[in-house]
Order: sequence, then C-alpha cells, then structure tokens
Amino acid sequence: MLDLQKYSCLGAALRDALDRFSGEICLIEADRDREKTRLTYSDFKEIALPLARALEDAEFEAGDRAAILMTNQSKWLISAYAIFYCGGVLVPLDYKLTAAEHLQLLAHSKAKVLVVEYYLWRAITQTPDFHNITAKLVLVTEAPLGADLAGGFRWEDFKRKGAPDFVMRQREDVACIVYSSGTGGRPKGCVLTHENYLEQCRALTAWYPFWPGVRYLSILPTNHAIDFMVGFIGPFVCGACVVHLRTLRPEFVRDAFVRYRITYVSLVPMIVKNLERGLRAKIDELPGWKRAVLNRLIALNTMLTRKRPHPRVSRALLPGVHRAFGGELLAVFTGGAFMEPSTMQFFYNLGIPVANGYGLTEAGTALTLNDLKPFRPDTVGKPMPGVELRVLNPNDEGIGEIATRSKTVMSHYLDDPELTLETIVEGWLLTGDLGRFDKTGHLQLFGRKKNMIVTEGGKNIYPEDIENVFDGLPVKEYCILAANYVWPQKQLGRETLIVVLRLEQNQRFDSALLEEVLKRNRRLPDFKRVGGYVIWEKDFPRTASMKIKRQMLGEEISKTLQREAVVSL
Amino acid sequence: MGEFAQELMSTTDQTLDEILNLAATHFKVPREKLHADDDFFKTLGIDSLQTLDLLTKLENHFRIELPDYELQGVSDFRTLAGKIQARL
Repeated sequence: MLDLQKYSCLGAALRDALDRFSGEICLIEADRDREKTRLTYSDFKEIALPLARALEDAEFEAGDRAAILMTNQSKWLISAYAIFYCGGVLVPLDYKLTAAEHLQLLAHSKAKVLVVEYYLWRAITQTPDFHNITAKLVLVTEAPLGADLAGGFRWEDFKRKGAPDFVMRQREDVACIVYSSGTGGRPKGCVLTHENYLEQCRALTAWYPFWPGVRYLSILPTNHAIDFMVGFIGPFVCGACVVHLRTLRPEFVRDAFVRYRITYVSLVPMIVKNLERGLRAKIDELPGWKRAVLNRLIALNTMLTRKRPHPRVSRALLPGVHRAFGGELLAVFTGGAFMEPSTMQFFYNLGIPVANGYGLTEAGTALTLNDLKPFRPDTVGKPMPGVELRVLNPNDEGIGEIATRSKTVMSHYLDDPELTLETIVEGWLLTGDLGRFDKTGHLQLFGRKKNMIVTEGGKNIYPEDIENVFDGLPVKEYCILAANYVWPQKQLGRETLIVVLRLEQNQRFDSALLEEVLKRNRRLPDFKRVGGYVIWEKDFPRTASMKIKRQMLGEEISKTLQREAVVSL
Repeated sequence: MGEFAQELMSTTDQTLDEILNLAATHFKVPREKLHADDDFFKTLGIDSLQTLDLLTKLENHFRIELPDYELQGVSDFRTLAGKIQARL
C-alpha cells in the first residue's frame, strides 16, 4: 500500500494509487446477476480526468464544494476523485433522505456542484421549493436520452479533452462535509480534513490490510463514513477492488459473495441478522445425523479459533458454509448500531469473524474495533492506533461518557460554532455515549447520554429532526424523545422513539386522536417512525425562549412513569 | 368517468388484489387482515430487508423488474400496486 504519512491530501494519494496499481481491477459494478462495469485503475483514471477537466473549465476551484447524491456505484467514486483532483470539498449526501431534505442540505452546505442520479434528481425537481436550489452546476447520471434535466447536464457527456491541473491541498484543509443528522432542526455538517481521513485510513489498514486481489463488497451507502473509508479510500490506496451492487435484494447479495469471492464486507446488524436467520433455517432443515456432525465440527472450529481466527482451518472444517460466502471471506465489519453478541458469536463459531466497532461521523470512521485477538462479541473492541479514549465522570461501576482525542476527530460543525464548542471541549470530542473499559482494554458500551437513537439499519435519528412532522397535532403540546434517554438502560438495543402528549384540559385520548398521531407517523420513512406514546399530565418545562427543556422533561417523566407506560403505536 | 379510466382502475385493483394475496401467503397472514392502505411494515411486521424479499416474489409473479429505488418511501400496498402497474 501507499505510505500515507507522505501525503498531504486524499487527491494526491488516490492519484498515485491510480498510477501504481494501473493494471489491477479497482471497480466491479453489477446489477442483479448482470455485470455492468469492470474497471482497472487505469480505466478509472481515463474516465475521471476528463470529468475533472470539465469541472475545472466550469470554474470549479480549490475549496469549492460539490455534493454527491447517488446510490453505491462506480460513478460515485469517479466523481469523488475528480472533485478531489480539482481541490474541491466533497459533500456526500444520504440518498435515503427525502427530496425536500436534499434541497435543505444542499443549501446548508452551499455546494456549487451537484452530482446526482436521475431518479433522485427527478424527485428534487418535483419539490415545491425546487426553484430555490443553490447548486450552480448539476450533473445527472444515467438519465434516459431526451429526458428533461431541468437545467442539469448529462454526467456521461460532461467531459473535456486535455489534462486537468492537479490541485494540491494541505492536511488541515477540508476534505469532506458529512451530515451526521439534521434536516428538520439543526443540520450537523461534520467538517473533516484530509488529515482526518489519511490518519483514519492508516489506522484501519494497519489492523485490516487490503492488497491487490482483495475484493470489498460495498453495501453500506458510500455517503456513510464507514463505506467511504473501507469501500473507497482504504481499498484504493492498497490496490484492492471494490464491488458495487445496484440492488440489495438478499438473494443477489448472497450470489455476489460467491461470484466475486469477497474478502471483506461491512454490514449493518439488520443484514447480519438476516443472514443468520437464513443460515439457521438451512441448518435446521438438515437431517438429524447431518446436523449432529455439523454441530461437532462447529464446536471443534470454535475451540481451534479461541485465541484468534484461522481462516484455513475453518474453511477446511466447514467447507459448505464458507462456499456459501465465496470461500475467501476474512471478516465482516459492523458498527454504528447495536449488534447482539449471540449473532456475532454464531458467525465466529462458523469461522466468519464479525469485527464489531464503534465510531461516529464526528470522529471519522471508527474509534474502536475488534482486532479478533481474541474475538470479543461482548465489546466494541480496542481503541484504534492513534486514538485516545477516556471515560468522563465514571460512576461506581466505571461507566461514564466516552470522550476522544485523535487526529481523526473533525475540525468543527459547519456554521455552528455553538454546537462545536459544546461537542469539542479542550480538544476532546464528547461522544454522548456511555461506556467503560474492561481489564483487557476493550470498550463496552452501555447506552447513550444523548437524546437520539441508532436504528438496526445504522441510521442516527434525532427527535428534533422529525418533530415537525407532528405539527398541527390537536393536543396542547407534544415532544419526541428517545425512550432510552428517558429510561436509561445499561445496555444498547431496544431503541425507539416516543411521542409525549400533553392533552388539553378535558381532552381525552380517543381513536380520532390516535388516528391523527398515526397519520403523521406514516409520513415518516419507516426507520424514523415513533414507536409509542405516553400521556403526560403537566405542562412541559420550557426555556425563556419557549424551547422545551428536553432533559428536564425526560427526568420528570422517568420519575413518574415506568417504561411500561409507553403504549405502542 | 371515462371507459379508459375505469379500465385502468379495475386493472390496478386487480394488481392490488394479487399483491395482497401474495403477501398474505408469503408472510402467513390471513388475507382478510390486509387492506390496500395498510402500512405493510406494520401489518406484516417486516423490516426493509423482508420487504425486498416480498418485492422479489412480486417481480416473479408479475414478470417485471423493479429497481430498489422504486420502493424508497413506499410503505402501503396501494402505492406499491401503482408502481407495479406502471411497469406491466
């Protein structure tokens, strides 16, 4: 791999990688069982540089911002490289947000350029606020011939001949603005520097190296910090290959493991659990004697891999299981949301290590990761190289808020000095997560101090972001809170949002009001929906500017009501 | 209402009916408990991955191909029927 210490920016590292590994395959893109694209590093460069030149001619300059709004695919990475080549700042946007939310974040980020897939662009052009779009140049990928692009240009035609000038950036310059949340209330644009990414990449590849021939299956959205690092920067600076699937149908994901002999993949707990269900069902279908033999082999594998994984031993003992995953899978990375230890142990016993980690967008990709020496499903691993972690104000059990200091911690929140000051205190990033270290230096998480949830799909949901959906609810007042914020648990999981309802005098919670709540809840995407409600008998505590004092409200509720008082919606 | 509009409505209704039948069979839920405007995540008690499974079953049944993005933001049977009908 490249020696990243020598580089001052991502663009320079990627530029050298494209030359050093020119003959290696860097990208494969498949739609279902049809392979659409296969590019070498040299092919990648040939497509990206004419795009960079066209951007340069369009007066896209160093420090200008360009947003990418696409599902995982080759054009995402090609566009990102062209943006870095020009010295630009990348703004990766979450394609699962609504078109109105996309417009909001485009405005907040002040992106000059937008690179967007046709179906997402069509949705944006149909929003009532489309005329307020702030991007000056829009490049639309995969638009049907003759489609009205509402002022945008076809990405495929946006290229110029002639070598573009490479624009060098410094380590402290901004590389990306990544939104960790925030559309409804307060957008949280994490400003991450080239140093943040280069150091994160060094740390990750020190523990989980990539090399030419390694194939990484990119399933998590590339706009997410994890896939951006392990599905783009990490593999590219090591000459490895990234496989993109245009569908996430479980059957095609399973096929891709086999067809492309995948080495690494990152998955959210929901998908890992789905794979577990499928495997368990297959094992249960086996005749009794076969199941008994398999269980003995699994027990033997568990014993032999007690101290660390032995991929060859596991593949020899359990060839059928490993063939189903392509036979070359070394690890599944997971993090971001709660993963049941029993699920991780199930896979580890089969010889498929699930490397659980912990991180947040504000701190790059991962702060801790399981190094598998030995495998510890009950923890989120040890601090990555170069990461300092400490537990603030620990209680009797050693549990307190986790704070971190590292070269991977963001510079600040975009245009929000107040929030930055609250979050980064004397160089330490306050994570809002509660944890403690065990004797072996592994971090164990015990819940959140902050009012938010992380879904099984790895999405951060902040109540403030969805509260406006309940506008007009015919009650005196209402407030959305994370249930675990009100009733702290000493473990992760069971994460759900609740709506607290303060009714008018003499008002009753009847079926009409229930329908009003449900109607609004249905407007939210399924992963953002509120899971239950409680009726609260007092007025909400508020600040002088009439903002709800959420922490105080949560504390009052927990003193009066048990969690069981929450009625499911 | 014009003849064409009526015909369109009846074919969409038929598509909807077939979807409800298929969902009931696939997820072992009594057919009479499923309604056009139901939130299928809630009624069927399924997550987004299981929804993709249902989508595959529907594709095979109707012999069409629906990109994943067509399902983004769709959570009720009626809207799903409209998406499928548009590709028949």
